[in-house]
Amino acid sequence: MAKDILRVEKLERVFRVGSEDVHALKGVSFTITEGEFVSIMGTSGSGKSTLLNILGCLDTPSAGDYIIDGVSIKKLSKNELSTLRNRKIGFVFQNYNLLARTTAIENVELPLFYNSDVPARERRDRAIAALKLVGLESRMEHKPNQLSGGQQQRVAIARALVNDPVILLADEATGNLDTRTSYEIMSLFQDLHEQGKTIAFVTHEPDIATFTTRKIKLRDGQIIEDAPINTQSAAEALAALNLQKED
Amino acid sequence: MNIGNLIKVAFSSLFRNKMRTALTMLGIIIGIASVIAMVSIGQASTQSVKTELSSMGSNMIMIMPARQQRGGVDMGMSSSKSLDNKDLESLTKNTRYVAAVSPMVSSSKQLIYGNNNHSCSINGVSASYLDIRKYEIKEGVMFTDDDVRRYNKVCLIGQTVVKKLFTNGENPIGKTIRFGTIPMTVIGTLAEKGQNGMGNDQDDIVLAPYTTIQKRFLGINYFNMMFASARSEEESELAATEITYILRSNHGIKSGATDDFEIRTQEELVSTLSSISSLMTTLLAAIASISLVVGGIGIMNIMYVTVTERTKEIGLRMAIGAHNRDIMLQFLCESVILSLIGGIIGIVLGLIISFVASKLMHMPYVVSEMAIFGSFLVCALTGIFFGWYPAKKAANMDPISALRYE
Repeated sequence: MAKDILRVEKLERVFRVGSEDVHALKGVSFTITEGEFVSIMGTSGSGKSTLLNILGCLDTPSAGDYIIDGVSIKKLSKNELSTLRNRKIGFVFQNYNLLARTTAIENVELPLFYNSDVPARERRDRAIAALKLVGLESRMEHKPNQLSGGQQQRVAIARALVNDPVILLADEATGNLDTRTSYEIMSLFQDLHEQGKTIAFVTHEPDIATFTTRKIKLRDGQIIEDAPINTQSAAEALAALNLQKED
Repeated sequence: MNIGNLIKVAFSSLFRNKMRTALTMLGIIIGIASVIAMVSIGQASTQSVKTELSSMGSNMIMIMPARQQRGGVDMGMSSSKSLDNKDLESLTKNTRYVAAVSPMVSSSKQLIYGNNNHSCSINGVSASYLDIRKYEIKEGVMFTDDDVRRYNKVCLIGQTVVKKLFTNGENPIGKTIRFGTIPMTVIGTLAEKGQNGMGNDQDDIVLAPYTTIQKRFLGINYFNMMFASARSEEESELAATEITYILRSNHGIKSGATDDFEIRTQEELVSTLSSISSLMTTLLAAIASISLVVGGIGIMNIMYVTVTERTKEIGLRMAIGAHNRDIMLQFLCESVILSLIGGIIGIVLGLIISFVASKLMHMPYVVSEMAIFGSFLVCALTGIFFGWYPAKKAANMDPISALRYE
């Protein structure tokens, strides 16, 4: 039995907007085990961003519990949450969020600066290893404006991997990319998944979700569907796309 | 994040906006440079006042009869007749710290030579007056004790008097000039001394034996005042005490009663003048430090802009594990570096300005270590003080909204 990476129990999140309480999450419970590749789907307003913020320890639930890698975040201070984000979570954002005018390798090194467990001399080696993992070892000294969208997202993925987190959280990671590049990125995620990484992938595009192994669908702050899916290969989809082009 | 990385990050972000960084620094540069220059120029002028005063004889002591009041009316300075020959004698003989004593009696008369005339006071003094007041003889000789004993009608004149009376360039030595009706022979001229610290012409002077003035001009046997010199500047207070003691016993003043004379040392004058001048220095520095404050506000302003501009970066850093403290230190580091570099440039510029000013105004070039260390400290504090708020703002951002910020 694979171990639980994260577990949410009756998660609720209430925002106060003016004099009204808005229930963004109304009792969400699920568990993600090691080695899963989960897509979290939902239309805008379904609560998936709120859920992701809590999963990413950027936000805390109003009620319910969230346990990541055996740690309940309920009683953690702001600084402890920061440390938790640094060690256990790798973020991949829709708009990459790379530091401008900073080389790819420096961007990847960034999380290590906030990790005092990693000695300075190890930083570069680990960053190089992470960039190799995403296939960008030849672009290490390039700055974001010298890289394509797909390459920038690869740098961001390398940055998410560099601290060896227990889970990768991707927020619409293909949202800014064209279909072809999206498939390339999904193929990279599938490779990482095969190497044993646990990934939670938030998206609203159904065809992107087909590359994952499990789908959690949210509507109005509640889970309406949670089932394993028939996983498609992103590499095959890419090949098919290339074939179409040749026709 | 350790301090080395913080500094590296701060430098790279300052370098990213070279023009903005330079302009922000300019505020600090101007502030620090003006403080340094003002303090340095102020201190130089204090020093030049002191130098000028000691050219007048820094160990000089003036002894004047006390002001007298008759029926409640102040009779003005030197109105009493308390100083006389007995005092002169005992001050000359019975003192340890007094190097020389000269009495002084003054009479104001019209000087006439040929067709020229000049209004000037004639000072009756003894031969030691030259030493006490640091006058030098240009031509001729000083009168002797014999001249003093015989009330001889001889005098020495300063360069201003020479120019007024001997207009066609004659040699004044041996010529006879008239003081009102009394003819006097010029036996020497004094070397030029220029203006003193208060702007008085020190060359508009006639010196004669004091006995001549007492007996032939005024018909009195007291002195208007006396000049003495201490053996050294440091001993002038001791000498003043000694003189007070002797004069009190000479005049039979009981303990507890007030002196019938006044003693002024140059030291008092020096301290008065230098306190005025250091007040000026403080005032100038205070005005200059206003520009430093303005510079600091410039830093604050730019740091606010920087924080807003980099909201997304702050959000990202927080998302990947930066603590609030890390964010705070990052921006604080930036503002401190900004103000410190500005400060160093400002110090160098200030030193250059004060060097040029000292050359232009013929003053000594004074480097004030105090001002340099002080402004360095002020720079660091400026950076922290004006960087604090923006840094705090950055550190308190909510990572979720910071990441969404467009």
